[in-house]
Amino acid sequence: MRTRASILFTVLTALTLFLFMLDLSVGSVAVPLRDVWAALTGGDCPRTTAKIILNIRLIKAVVALLAGAALSVSGLQMQTLFRNPLAGPYVLGISSGASLGVALFILGAPLFGMSASFTSLGIAGAAWIGAAAVLIVIAAVGHRIKDIMVILILGMMFSSGVGAIVQILQYLSKEESLKAFVIWTMGSLGDVTVAQLYILIPAVAAGLALAVITIKALNLLLFGEEYAVTMGLDIRRSRSLLFLSTTLLAGTVTAFCGPIGFIGLAMPHVTRMLFDNSDHRILVPGTVLTGACVLLLCDLVSKLFTLPVNAITALLGIPVVVWVVLRNKSVTA
Amino acid sequence: MIQLKDFSIGYGPRTLLRDVNTSFGKGQLTALIGRNGSGKSTLLRALAGLNRRYSGEIILDGKDIRSLSPGGLARSIAFVTTERTRIPNLRCEDVVAIGRAPYTNWIGRMQESDRQIVMDAISAVGMENYARRTMDTMSDGECQRIMIARALAQDTPAILLDEPTSFLDLPNRYELVSLLHSLAHDKGKCVLFSTHELDVALRKCDCIALVDNGTLYNLTVSEMIQSGHIQRLFSSPNISLEEMLWQKEK
Repeated sequence: MRTRASILFTVLTALTLFLFMLDLSVGSVAVPLRDVWAALTGGDCPRTTAKIILNIRLIKAVVALLAGAALSVSGLQMQTLFRNPLAGPYVLGISSGASLGVALFILGAPLFGMSASFTSLGIAGAAWIGAAAVLIVIAAVGHRIKDIMVILILGMMFSSGVGAIVQILQYLSKEESLKAFVIWTMGSLGDVTVAQLYILIPAVAAGLALAVITIKALNLLLFGEEYAVTMGLDIRRSRSLLFLSTTLLAGTVTAFCGPIGFIGLAMPHVTRMLFDNSDHRILVPGTVLTGACVLLLCDLVSKLFTLPVNAITALLGIPVVVWVVLRNKSVTA
Repeated sequence: MIQLKDFSIGYGPRTLLRDVNTSFGKGQLTALIGRNGSGKSTLLRALAGLNRRYSGEIILDGKDIRSLSPGGLARSIAFVTTERTRIPNLRCEDVVAIGRAPYTNWIGRMQESDRQIVMDAISAVGMENYARRTMDTMSDGECQRIMIARALAQDTPAILLDEPTSFLDLPNRYELVSLLHSLAHDKGKCVLFSTHELDVALRKCDCIALVDNGTLYNLTVSEMIQSGHIQRLFSSPNISLEEMLWQKEK
């Protein structure tokens, strides 16, 4: 068992690095992998190539890497915490909450006469508040009602509600802020600026660090909150840390890349299946790698065919979700 | 071991147990019986620290459980709930190993001694051959045993179980209660479990704690039979207790 995990970790790490390099080499101008390596290590390569790699493509690749890891880990946390195989930041409405925060910030502020200076921190802060608000509502309801379906339906309703509010905001908004928002909703890894990267990197790093701290709590929560408490879990503290972690991970990514669906829902399942394990000491680093890999892959595909990355993650994620639903059906039947 | 002092508990305006003063001793197997909704689960959950809305005190080895930290409580009382827990992709030995959580470090690292305790717990419930299997391929009785092994790995002086026999057929029921009996007598644990199986309780347990209309009668089995509480509570006009027990045996 140890060997299977170590082999997988090695393979996945290598694959992530390879896809990262490949992501840097693919684009409107193809750059050979050798030159990519040279540009990264400061070796010998054409000046313009180095510029393309370091100033443009590197940011996007780093964003894909971080966003994939962050969304997947957030999905894993939600699935274990709510004991719900279909939970994820997108399904539960956490991404929608973040969207609402951003919409209110980009579209709403001008309506009230405030100039929405599109500062990165403002967008991130709005997304964090939105994501955290949804989490708290879902947790409050989930605490009273243990039914999985109720929480999922609640998440869906929340997303629809947010959609309606956003439409109203769009209807009322001026053209320039509207355009900024519509582009944001398409979900893009490429619109992140260097300044935003300075928020994205520490926020995701902090979220992942919290995810590591809560590994033992997640393992206990596999058995449900009651069992976890009788085995010594400080449930308030753990839940707060998990919420903070997911808010940082899913909220930040949504703030800068727009709502990206399915990665958070699908990758934890793929990881569980790959490693044939539910131990979060393996799943947390595992989902970091699979999430990073798959979003890099999605980015590559979206670049090759110039498609929005959102569409690619959905097309890749939907079969996984269908598989999970069908498998669950056969278990209960 | 576990002592209740002026213990009262209820839901909203309804009181389920009133001013209970009793104790459950070490090395004793006690069956908690009572009609549906009489408060058996509520009592167990309070003892396990899952319901803090009670008045009076629950004293555990001389300490009020309210004063214990979550970890401290987890090292004193293990609980097996009615919930049927089946985690895919998790081997039985890993499930049992989770029981070591109150003793392991921040990431749950297992020491050699922890592994030994886990193996001992698995063999105590007779599930050595299942250690590497996952619970989604096992029967209710087998899963129940693994969850009990998990409680054993928690290495607590007291174990509480909420209706551990309810999903089991007759032979499995007897085997399970025999297992609980040996945990109490051979390992000196204080074992308290709720059940609807009167026959099993009367035959295999040391004491019976009967919840009736807000009162808890905690007596040894022979005292309980003589007291007449059981006959009063469980025999219906159509069937006497003796008949009921005899029919079950058949």
